[in-house]
Amino acid sequence: MLRFVLSRLISLVLSLAAASLVIFAVVEVIPGDPASYMLGLNAEPETLAALRRDLGLEGGIAARYLSWAGGLLHGDFGTSYTYRVPVADLVSARLWVSLPLTLYALILSTLIAIPVGMLAAARRGGPADFGIMGATQLGIAVPNFWFAMLLVLVLAIRNPWFPAGGFPGWEKGLWVNLRALTLPAVALALPQAAILARIMRSSLLEVLGQDYIRTARAKGLSRGAAVLKHGLRNALIPVMTILGLQFSFLLAGAIIIEKVFFLPGLGLLIFQGITQRDLIVVESVVMLLVFAVILVTFFVDIAYAAIDPRLRRRR
Amino acid sequence: MRFPGQLWIGAALSAVFVGAALVSLVWVPFAVDGVEIAARMQPPSPAHPLGTDQLGRDMLAMLMVGARTSIAVAIVAVGIGMAAGVPLGLLAAAHRGGLLDEVVMRANDLVFAFPALVIAILITAAIGPSALNAILAIGVFNIPVFARVARGGALSLWTLDYVLAARVAGKGRLRISAEHILPNIANLLIVQGTIQFSLGILAEAGLSYVGLGAQPPTPSWGRMLAESQTLIALAPHVALFPGLAIVLTVLGLNLVGDGLRDHLDPRLRRIG
Repeated sequence: MLRFVLSRLISLVLSLAAASLVIFAVVEVIPGDPASYMLGLNAEPETLAALRRDLGLEGGIAARYLSWAGGLLHGDFGTSYTYRVPVADLVSARLWVSLPLTLYALILSTLIAIPVGMLAAARRGGPADFGIMGATQLGIAVPNFWFAMLLVLVLAIRNPWFPAGGFPGWEKGLWVNLRALTLPAVALALPQAAILARIMRSSLLEVLGQDYIRTARAKGLSRGAAVLKHGLRNALIPVMTILGLQFSFLLAGAIIIEKVFFLPGLGLLIFQGITQRDLIVVESVVMLLVFAVILVTFFVDIAYAAIDPRLRRRR
Repeated sequence: MRFPGQLWIGAALSAVFVGAALVSLVWVPFAVDGVEIAARMQPPSPAHPLGTDQLGRDMLAMLMVGARTSIAVAIVAVGIGMAAGVPLGLLAAAHRGGLLDEVVMRANDLVFAFPALVIAILITAAIGPSALNAILAIGVFNIPVFARVARGGALSLWTLDYVLAARVAGKGRLRISAEHILPNIANLLIVQGTIQFSLGILAEAGLSYVGLGAQPPTPSWGRMLAESQTLIALAPHVALFPGLAIVLTVLGLNLVGDGLRDHLDPRLRRIG
């Protein structure tokens, strides 16, 4: 197990290094001169020179990459060109919106999908199964931002039960903020829950056909007890991998959903960064998102191996 | 769980929207650049079967032209994914366990860490937003998907006797990949292509919703939704129809994908 963790750790570090190279290359090398790109065509030569100095553009590409990546290593994300404050400060404020939203959605999606998937598997071929599978087929096809707009129309405008957008800030107390995050989280969670429920269903069906379930039934366990004690744990393995993948979908989805609800999260920061051509903000936030995805994949791999020792020898 | 006739229902749904996109090339009920403020946000009527939008443009015409954008972006992105991903996957499988396999698969893992939206953000930051940007972002996202499917399908074929026979006959790995492996994973690739097509429609809608995809004046379903958002209380139909178009197209393509999977390769039939 230690060997496995170590090998995954090495690949984690390599992935992060490769990802940072790609991000740096796309954002800072493709546009040519980042300074003139950021300032536009009508920039004064003095301003350009000043920005070049600020960005360290005189240093050459390799030196610039190293100073950016080196800064990331100890939490220095650089200084935003438009805000004139450290990007790390901007990010940490926004993170307290995006991260709770993602987690809220992840919890909702799991809480909905697992029982629903189990129900469909238990009632296989019956009307409940038919209805659930139809609903999930539809759920997969619905764009989350459109679903969000419908939720706003029905639950915020027609019936003012939830705010249509905005975020009060955590200092205003837990409840108002959870209420503000509820519609966004539901909009994010339901389409993902549709996918997860389908996986839960087929995974449980596969497990239910196994010999050890028959053995458990033969030794006198009821069907429900056999499923709960022996089936569920095995059926949850594929579900866990998908949960890991879903984290990255939810994080990316959160960027779009934040726009629907005008939430001051990472998404808003990125889009402001793009329109203001604040490349430092864009590349650092993107790096952070990719870092989160790679890290979650890493932990899923480890958890996977902890549950199923056979997987430690793979790769 | 299979719905009876889902392949045909899906095919019919997809055909409606692909058909609408094709028809819009030669005919639309109204010009989509005809702004008519006096007739804005009209509910559906005989003259405008789906009503008009916030600038008085006919919704049906907008949806037809929007279908063109969404479908074109998604199809070209599938093309990019296949053109780059399939050869990579085949090559990796042909050199299983070798350095090439390792490099291809690790590069795949890396691309997997970048959601399509993040790729689009990066490209936009570098070269500005456009429909081309959406195509590139979704296309790059598709590459590892096809590489993985091609490699997985090819690996199981490499152990079969007819491949061994071809090797004994002196054919090289590349030739075997092209002549024996590729035709036999075509079914897998078609099914995956349908799924990526539907995911591409969703992704394009998301990208143009946040302003990273097609730019004005090109109509696209995602942008129509973005523009109608603030008016949703006044004229719900303006926000309803583009969303329905996305849902029905994606649903149709997914049904086709599932149906094709059963039809082309019963071995792949999932439990239920």
